[in-house]
Amino acid sequence: MLKKEANLMDDKMIKRTLMRISHEILERNKGTEGLAIVGIQCRGAYLAQRIADLIKEIDGSDVPVGIMDITLYRDDLTMIDYCPVVHSTKVEFDIDDKKIVLVDDVLFTGRTIRCALDELIDLGRPQNIQLAVLIDRGHRELPIRADYVGKNLPTTLEENVEVRLVEADGKDEIVLINQKEKRQ
Amino acid sequence: MSEWTRKDLLGIEELSAQEIELILQTAESFKEVSTRSVKKVPTLRGKTIVLFFFEPSTRTRTSFELAAKRLSADTLSIATSTSAIQKGETLKDTFKNIEAMKVDAIILRHSSSGVMHTLADSMGPSIINAGDGCHEHPTQALLDMFTIKEKKGKIKGLNVSIIGDITHSRVARSNIWGLKKLGANVTICAPRTLLPREIEKMGVNITTDLSKALKGADVINILRIQKERQKAGLFPSMREYAIQYGVSKEKLEKYAKKDVLVMHPGPMNRGIEIMPDVADGTYSVILEQVTNGIAVRMAVLYLVSQANSDEQEQ
Amino acid sequence: MKLLIKNARVIDAKSNLDDQLDVLIENSKIVKIAKNIKDKDAQIIDAKDKVLMPGFVDMHVHLREPGYEYKETIKSGTMAAAAGGFTTVCCMPNTNPVIDNQGVVEFVISEARKSALINVYPIGAITKGLKGEELSEIADMQNAGIIAISDDGKGVMNADLMRRALEYASMLNIPVIAHSEDNDLALGGVMNEGYVATKLGLKGIPTLAESTIIARDIEIARYTDTGLHIAHISAKESVALVKRAKKDGLKITCEATPHHFSLTDEAVLGYDTNTKVNPPLRSDVDVQAIKQGLKNGTIDCIATDHAPHAESEKDVEYDHAPFGIIGLETALSLAISELVEPGILTLNQLCEKMAYNPAKILGLDKGYIAEGSIADLVIFDPLKESIISAADFKSKSKNTPFIGQKVKGAVCLTICNGNVVYNNNVSESAC
Repeated sequence: MLKKEANLMDDKMIKRTLMRISHEILERNKGTEGLAIVGIQCRGAYLAQRIADLIKEIDGSDVPVGIMDITLYRDDLTMIDYCPVVHSTKVEFDIDDKKIVLVDDVLFTGRTIRCALDELIDLGRPQNIQLAVLIDRGHRELPIRADYVGKNLPTTLEENVEVRLVEADGKDEIVLINQKEKRQ
Repeated sequence: MSEWTRKDLLGIEELSAQEIELILQTAESFKEVSTRSVKKVPTLRGKTIVLFFFEPSTRTRTSFELAAKRLSADTLSIATSTSAIQKGETLKDTFKNIEAMKVDAIILRHSSSGVMHTLADSMGPSIINAGDGCHEHPTQALLDMFTIKEKKGKIKGLNVSIIGDITHSRVARSNIWGLKKLGANVTICAPRTLLPREIEKMGVNITTDLSKALKGADVINILRIQKERQKAGLFPSMREYAIQYGVSKEKLEKYAKKDVLVMHPGPMNRGIEIMPDVADGTYSVILEQVTNGIAVRMAVLYLVSQANSDEQEQ
Repeated sequence: MKLLIKNARVIDAKSNLDDQLDVLIENSKIVKIAKNIKDKDAQIIDAKDKVLMPGFVDMHVHLREPGYEYKETIKSGTMAAAAGGFTTVCCMPNTNPVIDNQGVVEFVISEARKSALINVYPIGAITKGLKGEELSEIADMQNAGIIAISDDGKGVMNADLMRRALEYASMLNIPVIAHSEDNDLALGGVMNEGYVATKLGLKGIPTLAESTIIARDIEIARYTDTGLHIAHISAKESVALVKRAKKDGLKITCEATPHHFSLTDEAVLGYDTNTKVNPPLRSDVDVQAIKQGLKNGTIDCIATDHAPHAESEKDVEYDHAPFGIIGLETALSLAISELVEPGILTLNQLCEKMAYNPAKILGLDKGYIAEGSIADLVIFDPLKESIISAADFKSKSKNTPFIGQKVKGAVCLTICNGNVVYNNNVSESAC
């Protein structure tokens, strides 16, 4: 098995992309009134915090940030052969009537987002829920689409998109990994 | 991070320190669920959990039932009065019947020590010990340890005193195993007639003097004293017990550390083993124990269910 | 009919014999013991490399008939006994009805005559209904055929009644077998009191429950100048008490069971109800004391306390399971593995503990090999290794914690009254 990595974004591009998404969020919601950002454990959570920081930079106002662990909502718990570690959900503000921007790193089948939507709705009744992702790699299995997309990236199922962030991996980059055996 | 592979939770004695830590860590995540307006996650949706209580219990049964329900499992509660046991069926027959109804987990409380140990291996469903005789009550010890860790930030190196009827206490045994594994110093304190023989081999300090048990303790865990023990001649009177071993605010202030935690697994005999000024006082974390019980039991149900569905697939 | 056993290592405790010899049996009697016996009419049994001993005498078994035939019958129990090398067993009176009157004694004796493979002697109850309240009709039962009296299964708690029992029995010259247990100290207990019980949360039976009653009974025997046989001794303190009583010249004898010299209370870890027995499996110091007691002669004999129970009765909570372990078919191999192999007993001493002494205590003219004596014999292979298996048991019940254990020593052939009553693949051939 040969792993081939191709760089998709470097740290500068990631920063520019997040800045653009932050602007789009502000534009679409006409400011920060009633706005809140919720990131999905664990890289979505870092991205959510960065977006909130950027919004503060642009607009000067604080936006509440929450973290959500969707393990308990997974629909494949009985199918996976390990016991996923459960992390905490920390949404310490009332989400009723809030405009929630859900943040994740990669949008793929849509199942993670489905879990997150279920969990958000269990936490309260937001006015609306929007979705921001850094990469949309296609292959949806559920009717879900993102409102803010860093980069649309057509992939094959053998490929894997890995988002690496300073907070977890020591540096910012996004790589495409081809796990398919190299053909002669 | 260590992995959880046990389909049953029968006792603390057989767990490793890593396994105990994993449960406590998982419980932290579950604690948040009970603070939501919708106190429920779909994790165990479609699973059936039977609560089989051969001994009266309000607290533990309610706590387990809420834990299961908050994980979206379907629960069925069976109490002795409605079971087949009184019709002469053996316990094994009863369990084989419940198993045949395709349940996923059985939470069992029984007055005989060790009942589930002989049953668990031959049973498909997860078996969770909710207290067996004088043997173990693992989830109580886990929630006690969770509460200590939450309040003190650690368990290693703490001085924990367990006060009361050690001989007949499954709570004491489970706590001793768990606390020792996590590195606490454990002292037990009771009248000599309520100390089981050779308990020192479990690695605990022993005293019959309450002031010694209070001195230097970071945590004291007070056990319920039952009237039957007095009738069995193990101590002269409830009055004398209260004088000798009842924990009052006055005694705490005289002997204990200022930041001592007071715990009690309930139900309390106010004015006997614990005075109202302690039960309702600032040292007491008794109600927090109850709250934490649900999170710990959710974590246990989640872990054993996962391990059991993995096992069935392989 | 004649039987000629060739080249056996003949061991007899009474005559202190240990030699390679031939033994000729004719009409239920041993007629000749010598080297190179030739008899062309006799059936030959080749016993080369095997041991020949007097058939074992078990003074403590529960045959469960009448009343509990689903656990064991006189027939199945004596089949098990024969397979274990026993030619005489004494059955305890805790049947239903209790063997506490001449009628029940006669029933047991007539059933034994019909279906027993070996000699069966009933033991009568000391007190009516084993209730510990009034003496049963001991003389009447003796006339009907009892060989001893015992309230086995329960202690006689009333010291005055025990005194009267010893006095009355001494007058009749009938042995009293004491089940030494203080009911208050043992109340509710299910296993030995100690660290294992503390860990398992099971109620303990202290060694004290046994030793205090033994001390009491020894003093009663001393005061009344009577004899006493103490059943299934299990505790270190008890062994010490008996040792001192013997030194004082009292007529005190006692027995130990194979499970009490083979297992400690650690066997209860895991809550296997087949380890539940009364007196309970004790600690390691007690097991060592039992072994020492056997070695130095404090403990006179090995008795199995064969106590069969149906699987469904044992397949319950540890607290609720009945006490008892079956022992007839595992006694010899446990004795060889635990006592002879480690050098605690010689084969000659084993013969004394399993045949000669119990017969002597009971006043039976059995348990030894001599020309002219009854041909009750066992041939066994002391070196053969095997794994104890429930499938091999002749007993109706399988309640033993020894299943799966690797042991040494196996019975090859048992002869009772000159007849082969058990044969494990030994060829009998004419010359």
